[in-house]
Amino acid sequence: MNRVRTVLLPPALAVLFAALLCAVALLVSGDNPLTALAVMITQVGEGTTAVDIVNSAAVYYLAALAVAIGFQMKLFNIGIEGQYRLAACVAAIVGGAVALPPVLHTLVILLVGALTGAAWAGIAALLKAYRGVSEVISTIMLNFVATGLIAFLISTDAFGVLRGNNISTQPIAPSGQVPGIPLGDFGRIFGLIFLSAALGVAYWFLLERTRFGFDLKASGESPTAAAAGGVNSRRMVIIALLLSGAVAGLVGLPELLGRDLAYTLNSPTGYGFTGIAIALLGRNHPVGIAIGALLWAFLDKSALALDNVGVPREIVLIMQGSIVLSVVVAYEIVRRYELAAEQRRVAAQLRARAAEPAGVGSAGAGSTGAGS
Amino acid sequence: MTESTAADGDGYAVELVGITKRFPGVVANDDIHLQVRHGEVHALCGENGAGKSTLMKILYGMQRPDEGTIRVDGADVAFRSPADAIRAGIGMVHQHFMLADNLTVAENVLLGAEASHGIGARARARIGELARVVGLRTEPGVLLERLGVADRQRVEILKVLYRGARTVILDEPTAVLVPQEVDELFATLRGMKAEGYTFLFISHKLDEVRAIADSITVIRRGTSVGTADPRTVTSRELAEMMVGSELPDPGTRESTVTDREVLRVEGLTLAAEAGRPLLADVDLVVHAGEVLGIAGVEGNGQTELVETIMGMRHAGAGRVVLAGKDVSRASTLARREAGIGYVPEDRTRHGLLASQPLWANRILGYQTRPPVARPGRLGLLDLPAARRDTERIVAEFDVRTPGVDVPAAALSGGNQQKLVVGRELSGDPVLLIASHPTRGVDVGAQAGIWEELRKARAAGLAVLLISADLDELIGLSDSIAVILRGRLVATADPATVTPEELGAAMTGADGEAAS
Amino acid sequence: MTAVAERKAPTGPLRGRRLPGWARSALVVAIGIAILAVTVTLTGQVQLTSSGTAQAAVRLLLPILLAGLGGLWSERAGVVNIGLEGMMILGTWGAAWAGYQWGPWAALLGGIVFGALGGLLHAVATVTFAVNHIVSGVAITLLGLGVTKYLASLVFVPITSNPRESPRVEGFTEFSIPGLSQGAAALEDQQRVVVSDVAGLLGGLVTDLTPLVVIGFALVPISYYLLWHTRFGLRLRSCGENPVAAESLGVNVYRYKYFGVLISGGLAGLGGAALVLNPGQLGYLEGQTGGRGYIGLAAMIFGNWRPAGLLAGSALFGYVDGLQLRAGGEAVHALLYTATLIAVVVAVYWVARRAWVPAAVALGAGVVVYAVYWSIDTVPREFASYAPQLVTLVVLAVAAQYLRPPATAGEEYRRGEGD
Repeated sequence: MNRVRTVLLPPALAVLFAALLCAVALLVSGDNPLTALAVMITQVGEGTTAVDIVNSAAVYYLAALAVAIGFQMKLFNIGIEGQYRLAACVAAIVGGAVALPPVLHTLVILLVGALTGAAWAGIAALLKAYRGVSEVISTIMLNFVATGLIAFLISTDAFGVLRGNNISTQPIAPSGQVPGIPLGDFGRIFGLIFLSAALGVAYWFLLERTRFGFDLKASGESPTAAAAGGVNSRRMVIIALLLSGAVAGLVGLPELLGRDLAYTLNSPTGYGFTGIAIALLGRNHPVGIAIGALLWAFLDKSALALDNVGVPREIVLIMQGSIVLSVVVAYEIVRRYELAAEQRRVAAQLRARAAEPAGVGSAGAGSTGAGS
Repeated sequence: MTESTAADGDGYAVELVGITKRFPGVVANDDIHLQVRHGEVHALCGENGAGKSTLMKILYGMQRPDEGTIRVDGADVAFRSPADAIRAGIGMVHQHFMLADNLTVAENVLLGAEASHGIGARARARIGELARVVGLRTEPGVLLERLGVADRQRVEILKVLYRGARTVILDEPTAVLVPQEVDELFATLRGMKAEGYTFLFISHKLDEVRAIADSITVIRRGTSVGTADPRTVTSRELAEMMVGSELPDPGTRESTVTDREVLRVEGLTLAAEAGRPLLADVDLVVHAGEVLGIAGVEGNGQTELVETIMGMRHAGAGRVVLAGKDVSRASTLARREAGIGYVPEDRTRHGLLASQPLWANRILGYQTRPPVARPGRLGLLDLPAARRDTERIVAEFDVRTPGVDVPAAALSGGNQQKLVVGRELSGDPVLLIASHPTRGVDVGAQAGIWEELRKARAAGLAVLLISADLDELIGLSDSIAVILRGRLVATADPATVTPEELGAAMTGADGEAAS
Repeated sequence: MTAVAERKAPTGPLRGRRLPGWARSALVVAIGIAILAVTVTLTGQVQLTSSGTAQAAVRLLLPILLAGLGGLWSERAGVVNIGLEGMMILGTWGAAWAGYQWGPWAALLGGIVFGALGGLLHAVATVTFAVNHIVSGVAITLLGLGVTKYLASLVFVPITSNPRESPRVEGFTEFSIPGLSQGAAALEDQQRVVVSDVAGLLGGLVTDLTPLVVIGFALVPISYYLLWHTRFGLRLRSCGENPVAAESLGVNVYRYKYFGVLISGGLAGLGGAALVLNPGQLGYLEGQTGGRGYIGLAAMIFGNWRPAGLLAGSALFGYVDGLQLRAGGEAVHALLYTATLIAVVVAVYWVARRAWVPAAVALGAGVVVYAVYWSIDTVPREFASYAPQLVTLVVLAVAAQYLRPPATAGEEYRRGEGD
């Protein structure tokens, strides 16, 4: 019951609070919040929405995992955005250029994506480990530079080709694609959704069952204690950011290999920041992140449905933003409250136990108080 | 000697009557009485954890007492914040300086007291006047980061005077000073005393207390146990008042020292960012079954020595040899794996993961070794084994906790420390480095930890013990080395040396102790 | 934390022979212009110092400068503000909305108020609830974006039937400083070495100004005065340097942190207003901040958390941007030549101080940059736009340890938990 209170209550309250906030905003603008809510819920059963939600969630999940790896040791990899976009671009270029048998082709693309993401994060990692540069600033700057680099890479001067009036990379041959799983009228689920799930499990295992995960968490909780415990902080910074970047490098691939088949100037952006929000929402926990990703994707899709009934779709953005802000506040309050409560409870239990064996000698403070 | 000012009757500058302060699980102050006359230096003595700091925080308005009365100049007062205490003419110089490096001296002084003289020329003039009183010879426009420790302390005192304080609380003011600086500080204090300032001087260094104080109040385990006259009392008598009858008896132990070398340190040198090296050419040897105590005034390189041996700092020169193996270039983890157990001086910063459960804290430092790690190169952890072993430590070392799933932060300081000691004795260490192993723990836990150290020593463990508590050092050590300004300057035999002799060697007053 | 760094305090000549701050800044500016003039002469890229470039630079640097000042106020109070971008976005909407109805001065106020609202949120989260500053900043940027889009679709759609754009907002009337402006233009036209370069750059600074430009530049010395020469500023800075000490001296740390973050948000919002009132594009346009909040943060870091340095950083970023817009990749290419010259000057400076390692590093960097200059003819447009971010990365990589951020910026602080 205690865990329920600390783990589930804060996000539930945050969602409720955000919903109320949005309801007020809708009322002010003359819309009916209940209609909006009804539309949001019924949309899930319509057409391919449910599958779309799952597909988006799979992508968000990867982005949030990438963020969470850094968050575990209080590293703020704001650069997921640049890492995944650059990785998708480079993977698309390589995937479109090579001719390989199926499976191997796909694996090469995945590998290239992961390596590119890791390399881009690696710049920030080296700057942090050897020059003491805050990863927050360096990754923000690297996001911009990645945008420039991508624009250069897919320009016709470099690797781009003109298709219609859009520039894109060479399309990836069928041997490299990962076909979706058809679910009849509901649409197709990305094949790489299994990659997301597998990485979620791997993340959990790494964190909870391995020495690396322990070192990661220890460095996040107390760098000084970790150092005294033999954790090499510089090495941890580098590995954590490389891993985070490698996972980030996979974010763009489900869509690339399952739907888009080439990287274009219009390829999706913004997943990096979505990932940060979802990692915060799910408190870096693999299951929490999954729930957060589904919620986020559900809200995203609601935007369209709301638009159809004349409710401004942007209300969804307010909802998402206020959920994140209120959830981090809620977690912080609960964390402090719980620690204090825990201390009181331990003290009370020990007092109760000490009182049992006749209280001889144990209550030292009390006896001196009586004596003076 | 200067007892000219209003020493009669109720003319106390500060009077504390029956002050009691409870925290969850502990009584920090219990019916404390303290009377400070105008124009005197009144020393408050007690061991670490005796409740001195809490008492001073109460007097300075940082905490409120649960019971008792505070009187200033004979009138009852109730301070709700430091601002109230300042208004009543009480100032405090904290042990950890409350200064901002990146502000100028003047800015540090003016902060919060801008109302009295503005922040312009008038304020600078006043700072100049007071700088002469406290003996500060630095331009007020200089950035504080360029000042040495002694000058920083003068800035702290200046700050207090600038706010119009007549009574100044000095919390362990000499802890970070070298002897000459201590002498200069005392000269300043005597001069200021002659001008009518009153001082409350908190310390556990008995020689210094006897040198500067006009009267002494001793507190022990949270309560005031009496007053003493510094002109007649001896350090030994004071020490007995401070620790009660529990002074460790050095005579009853038999030596377990073998001639097998476990730790050999040669020519260890650690450079500072600027100036004198933090460690210079340190040589020492610890044998199996031996406790080598390092005595020294805090800030003379003890922390650096330990952290360099642990591999947390990188020595500029010198060798560290553990059980015949040169580990000078090894990582902290490799040194731990080679058999060093480490009880750090600050367990909350270096010893524990506060929000993690006890069993996770069992893993810290032992990630690569059974029982908490599974064999093989995959780096897998064995969580059930970690829990079992934590339960064993809890039972064997008498850690008072409802279970191994509570976060470490929920335990009291003494129980946290017992957990750390238990963990560090669990990995079959050949060497234990124990830094202030009983600092800030209650008396019961202290005795328990001492007992464990003796047991481990009897079993052939080599122990490097660093402590500010001279009685602990003398009581536990087989030999003692004195560290001063980063050098080992003297050795002493704990069987014959007295705390006074040791204290003299620590301050460099006598050059050589018995060797 | 007892800083037992150095016991022997340097009690001797603490003042030294160092030039006063203004003189050093002037010297750096003079050397910079001289190097640019040399580049113009040797590469023939006259746009490098034309008044048109300077003018474009001023317009582009203004939002960056204001965002940077916003970062300064917040970080000096100890709160890292990467929510500047979100506050700036809020400011653009506020400015467009108020400006559309009541004119340019109302636009400024609207921008400030909406930015400050974002700041208020950040303060509540970070100061009152001790949420991690980065986390809160990211959340506020998300929320600011959402709120702005929602409000834009709500308010602007009925007028423009486009949720991404506001109706045209009335701008400030532009003015030039009489005499100076024409004189500079005349000198610039003569194409004389150095003189025309200086005249060009200066002329751009005094031609077609708006009140907002004047306010923006004035805010630099005003911020300096307030932060370093008033009691309010002293207290605010103390909260960023050592809040525990400030608290022990009776400073209400929470209050000053709130002030710092509110002012920060207001300035970022004003930066948003500067975008809305940009003569080239009067009005709100979705995505028009284009990450300038982050670049402002970069300018602040470049300027070592000081107003004058921040101005230099914004000027550099605005200048490169303006040059790129007006003259394209070839002019930016010529800047590589400038960078080589700067590297040489820096190397000479270090050699004169007998610091061989930094000198070698500077010289090496110069060689690398010159090699790049030599091997390509033009800088691809895609990279030219991101020069500010690249410069920031390089500065951080080279000079991170010389930078002096406020000691506790970004740390969570709880009242009464010190010591």
